[in-house]
Amino acid sequence: MKRLALAAFALSLAAGFNSDSRMTQRDRATHALNRLTFGARPGDVDKVLDAGVDRWIDQQLHPESISDCAVEARLQNMPTLRLSNGEIIDAYYKPIVQARRMRKAEGADADTAEIKEARQKGRVVVEDLVAQRIIRATQSERQLNEVMVDFWFNHFNVFIGKGPDRFMLTSYERDTIRPNVWGRFEDLLRATAKSPAMLFYLDNARSRAGAINENYAREIMELHTLGVDGGYTQKDVTELARVFTGWSIDPRSGTFIFRPRMHDRGAKSVLGVDFPAGGGIEEGEKMIHILAHSRATAHHIALQLCQRLVSDNPPKALVDRVAKKFLASDGDLRQTVKAVIASPEFWDPKTVTAKVKPPFEYVISAVRAVNATVSNPMPIARALQQIGEPLYGAQPPTGYSDRGDVWINTGALMNRMNFAVALANNQLPGVRADIADPKATALALGGPEFQRQ
Amino acid sequence: MIDRRFFLKSSGLALVAGGLLPNVFVKMANAATTRGKKVLVSIFQRGAVDGLNVVVPYGETAYYAARPTIAIPREAVLDLDGFFGVHPALAPLVPYFKDKSLGFVHAVGSPDATRSHFDAQDFMESGTPGVKSTQDGFLSRALPSKKTSPLRAVAFGTALPRILSGKADAVAMTNIAQFGVRMPEFEALYPEAFEASRILKAADPTALQPENGAQYPTNPLGNALKQIAQLIKSDVGLEVAFTDVGGWDTHAGEGGAQGQLANNLRQFSDAIAAFTRDLGSRMGDVVLVTMSEFGRTVRENGNRGTDHGHANFMLVAGGGVRGGKVYGTWPGLTNLYENRDLQVTTDFRDVFAELLTKQLGVASLKSVFPSYDPKPRGILA
Repeated sequence: MKRLALAAFALSLAAGFNSDSRMTQRDRATHALNRLTFGARPGDVDKVLDAGVDRWIDQQLHPESISDCAVEARLQNMPTLRLSNGEIIDAYYKPIVQARRMRKAEGADADTAEIKEARQKGRVVVEDLVAQRIIRATQSERQLNEVMVDFWFNHFNVFIGKGPDRFMLTSYERDTIRPNVWGRFEDLLRATAKSPAMLFYLDNARSRAGAINENYAREIMELHTLGVDGGYTQKDVTELARVFTGWSIDPRSGTFIFRPRMHDRGAKSVLGVDFPAGGGIEEGEKMIHILAHSRATAHHIALQLCQRLVSDNPPKALVDRVAKKFLASDGDLRQTVKAVIASPEFWDPKTVTAKVKPPFEYVISAVRAVNATVSNPMPIARALQQIGEPLYGAQPPTGYSDRGDVWINTGALMNRMNFAVALANNQLPGVRADIADPKATALALGGPEFQRQ
Repeated sequence: MIDRRFFLKSSGLALVAGGLLPNVFVKMANAATTRGKKVLVSIFQRGAVDGLNVVVPYGETAYYAARPTIAIPREAVLDLDGFFGVHPALAPLVPYFKDKSLGFVHAVGSPDATRSHFDAQDFMESGTPGVKSTQDGFLSRALPSKKTSPLRAVAFGTALPRILSGKADAVAMTNIAQFGVRMPEFEALYPEAFEASRILKAADPTALQPENGAQYPTNPLGNALKQIAQLIKSDVGLEVAFTDVGGWDTHAGEGGAQGQLANNLRQFSDAIAAFTRDLGSRMGDVVLVTMSEFGRTVRENGNRGTDHGHANFMLVAGGGVRGGKVYGTWPGLTNLYENRDLQVTTDFRDVFAELLTKQLGVASLKSVFPSYDPKPRGILA
């Protein structure tokens, strides 16, 4: 019975609304699952209805109240997920550096067997990292938490391909992003500012007095806080870079370190805030506080949250209200997200299925829709690469786009269809689903309605 | 516009329309593709390549003063005209400069002052610097409304770039061989994808091996250019091709004649040289142009790298290009934009205006570059 209903179920997910009438509780449950999770599994709508839509949302806003033992048990098998940044660097990165040094000393041109071996050994770090994200998105009961982890990681994007960052993202996601997604924005911002992954990615680790690097100072204002039209100048970028000189990485422990001797001790002025000569780390701490509490930041964060959860071009009145909530709550991210979800705009029939799923949402929602068992997440990681959104693979600091028009084109749709065909026919090794009519299921999962959420 | 049709597709009408798409259309499309169609190939170097270390003003002492550790030494520069020379990694391209089929434009860029990668790329692709509300890309606006082939505009990459998004259909692909749907039942849902893949199957471009001893480097740009050459040679109606290549944001450890930028440039010029060689005489129908969102600071920073700057260079190669020359008014390195960056003396739209009119036969540029009056520089004959 379950098998027969699958294709119809997938189709009904996004298409079943009558936009003229008020939403029924079932419509509301479906919409909530479309937006606040990585897609509904068979039976999820009824579960949400049983709990009550509003109560279910409230639970999702408090993920610590939801038991998630199946996922936690699975992640136990991946030991690199529990290593500290320093431990990973020692065990997996330093051997590569060592082998490279030896090659240099020997004057060898090509990669030596030692380098290849060290690299091969280090691959498990990235594999575990990618696997845990796919497993959590697919299987976790704390779905909204996973949606927000994805959102904030992307907001504070770090590219896995830049130098040793592939060995620092395990800690970055676990220690910097995850503990802060339901806390205060200032704490999240400060955690990223002091994370080795970000310090390396945006080059601040090496910025020092008399030899500044502007990269991080620009992006923290443009992308992380104020927004590109947030009212800062090139002078502010340069001065803020001076403020952050000395914010660096201790190579021995793989943790944040402030190096007073690298810090520019001259007088500075950023965004109208004056720092007399002789300052230290407190200058950066103060600027993080100021940036986190700026009106421009409130607006920028509100806009992005509304774009993620409501629509690509959210109503201005909604963004203003959410920004107000952000400011009034001292940047409390739970209250801010709640303000978006509780808004009439979120529940407007026009909002329903208004968003195109980015590749990650699409792929995971397809896997969930057929209730597939994922014993090997790697084919899913490869599919994400083909459809254009490899995990941790956004090179620019902007991260991936949340806009539908970016993701929809002939080639991308073909890749989505081919993924649907492979999934429905059980052709992805390690991904198994019980599917009676593969053709109908593939058509449903590859069809236009299922591309939307 | 693909996404527009895509959204309309949920109605039953579209399903019926899909069924009406017979092979006749494919034949028509094939007939419309004539041998020797003019093609414009654009490469976007995303991340802001350091143009001063690519086309090097080695005749200017201020260049060496500003870059004590990353300047390209005089003896390493490959001379172009006694004042400019290129980075040694561009050696494979120098013969084309010498035979005048390749040229450069220097101090070229967008007049907008932004140093944001995202905004600057956006402005360069929308073709409207400073105007964020523009919905479509300028290459899309430059395509005539009469549809000649579903493959007339192709972007290599997984996402359709901003520059080609708009009303004119454009296709994004990463791999010609994998371009196709494994289940024919999808045709009713996505007819446009099937049109394109049928034409590709019939023409079978991947059977074409690189010619004239061309060896493409095994990197994404090499793969993209190899496939663009296959599309050109198989006459599927390609007019506009686009691809992009990242890794140019050299804030730290940029290197000089050797190092990070040098490695990237080697990949870059090997790919372009292979493309030119592969196409041989067919290159007469093709113009290849490169762009990047802005240049980098004249002075190196504290990490032997460079930060976000203003003007940059462009490379133009192919049939009709009056090469062997570095175009543009050189503003010098002593009178800098905002006291740090190379000034823009040529608007990037001037270069594209000429390519669009002379190469693609665009009659009016009014809608392509609204409220801008381009000044052709005589780069194309």
